[in-house]
Amino acid sequence: MTAPNHRSRNAMNVFMQTLSFVCAVLVILPLLLVFFHLLSQGASSINWAFFTQLPKPVGEAGGGMANAIVGTFTLIALASLLGVPVGVLGGVFLSEYTHRRLNWWVRFTADVINGVPSITWGMVVYALIVLPMKGFSALAGGVVLGLMMIPLIMRTTEEVLQLVPNGYREAALALGIAQWRMIVQIVVRTAMKGIVTGVLLALARVAGETAPLLFTAFGNAYWTHKLTEPIAALPLQIFSYAISPYDDWHRQAWAGALVLILLVSAINIGVRVLTRDRFSKRSV
Amino acid sequence: MPNATMEQKAGPAPALTVRGLSIFFGANAVLKNVTIDIAARAVTAIIGPSGCGKSTFLRAINRMHELTPEARMEGEIRLFGDDIYSRDIEPVIVRRRVGMVFQKSNPFPTMSIAENVTVGLRLNGIRDKKILVERTEESLRMAALWDEVKDRLQVPAISLSGGQQQRLCIARALAVQPEVLLMDEPASALDPLATQKIEDLIIELKKDYTIVIVTHNMQQAARSSDFTAFFYLGELVEFGPTTKIFTKPAQKRTEDYVTGRFG
Repeated sequence: MTAPNHRSRNAMNVFMQTLSFVCAVLVILPLLLVFFHLLSQGASSINWAFFTQLPKPVGEAGGGMANAIVGTFTLIALASLLGVPVGVLGGVFLSEYTHRRLNWWVRFTADVINGVPSITWGMVVYALIVLPMKGFSALAGGVVLGLMMIPLIMRTTEEVLQLVPNGYREAALALGIAQWRMIVQIVVRTAMKGIVTGVLLALARVAGETAPLLFTAFGNAYWTHKLTEPIAALPLQIFSYAISPYDDWHRQAWAGALVLILLVSAINIGVRVLTRDRFSKRSV
Repeated sequence: MPNATMEQKAGPAPALTVRGLSIFFGANAVLKNVTIDIAARAVTAIIGPSGCGKSTFLRAINRMHELTPEARMEGEIRLFGDDIYSRDIEPVIVRRRVGMVFQKSNPFPTMSIAENVTVGLRLNGIRDKKILVERTEESLRMAALWDEVKDRLQVPAISLSGGQQQRLCIARALAVQPEVLLMDEPASALDPLATQKIEDLIIELKKDYTIVIVTHNMQQAARSSDFTAFFYLGELVEFGPTTKIFTKPAQKRTEDYVTGRFG
């Protein structure tokens, strides 16, 4: 069985396969490049002081980013306080309550918002929170990151809830269980791992945001004691050190970037572990 | 429960009286003017070709059809005298009195065997451990599953076999102590042995429950039911004792269907 042009077909086949393979490798390449570059430039500056000390003034050797690391975690926590409940409940609404026209608008808006440049978010929150409160603050930084998390979490929550077979909803309703209890105890519980995955991915995404924090959290060379004060964050610290003219600060910036990417990678790996567990369970 | 005054007549009084029931999905009439009395403590089989409205009829009895957008009903269904579509009765209340078992077994995957049995009680506010434990054993015994699972009540429900899962779903429905049990092709996804167990169970359960079962399987209807209703194109064509429907049907269409000439 040979088609008349099987030789050229085979050649085309091999060519396309090679091309896709090269493209697949190109996807991995940038990550490897970034990672090894950061390792070679930043690893030497990572030491105990980096995690425990405040930045030192120019000229003084040593110092660290302890306040920026704590600041990033503070901002993520504040953002979660806003983004997780609103995002998850919004996703529940989209998936579980049929309100066709409203759902269309919410979904459409969420998708548009997902595409809004992050610096725009910074400006909006600057106008809404920083100006009225007359100062940059951790609060404003948390709000801006939280707002960015909402559409991300909402859409992933909706998607994983849609994966829950309808038979479970019907079974619960047929037992005379009220709809909201059915949603919370059956549907959300069944999709819990997927929802947590979506939340973690959103966290990983906003943890590295810099632009929206420039107008809101602003950065801080010292510890922040109140949420109404400006707060340091890893991306901000990296930014200000990287554009400085000092070699010592450049090294610190590399180290900060390395810590940040390790943090984000850790979240992503956590997600992989969670989802692997989920799929093995589902295949039963 | 607002139905505390409900009078539960014993003996020949029907469990369900259906009068002039029509169901529409949008402009489409799926069920047309069905009038039927379903006997208490007996098994009534609903047969008919696909799309004849038999599942819709079943789902109208516990108001599950209302989950379909644009569903609308006309007529009346009374459960032991209570109008289940009356304004002051919530669907939730109706569904506690009318349990349902589905074609595809659907135990909750996040819960253990025991949790699955008691979920209807727990999510309706019953927390008393003693009641829950008692009801677990009682329901699993009624569903003929107790001996197979009594030593592993805490394992995930989805680790059971298909037939066991379906009996678990029956136990789950029985645990809330409904008056009527609806079964939508409960054995159609099971092997012959598991089917046999479900059929034995149905006959056992009719001592205490009113059972309405939709089935595609003529032998199953003939074996396990006392009454049979034949639906065709949304209409109730014929209804009567199962022996009569299968041996001396009054209607030509019924005869053609039960003898396998169409369907």
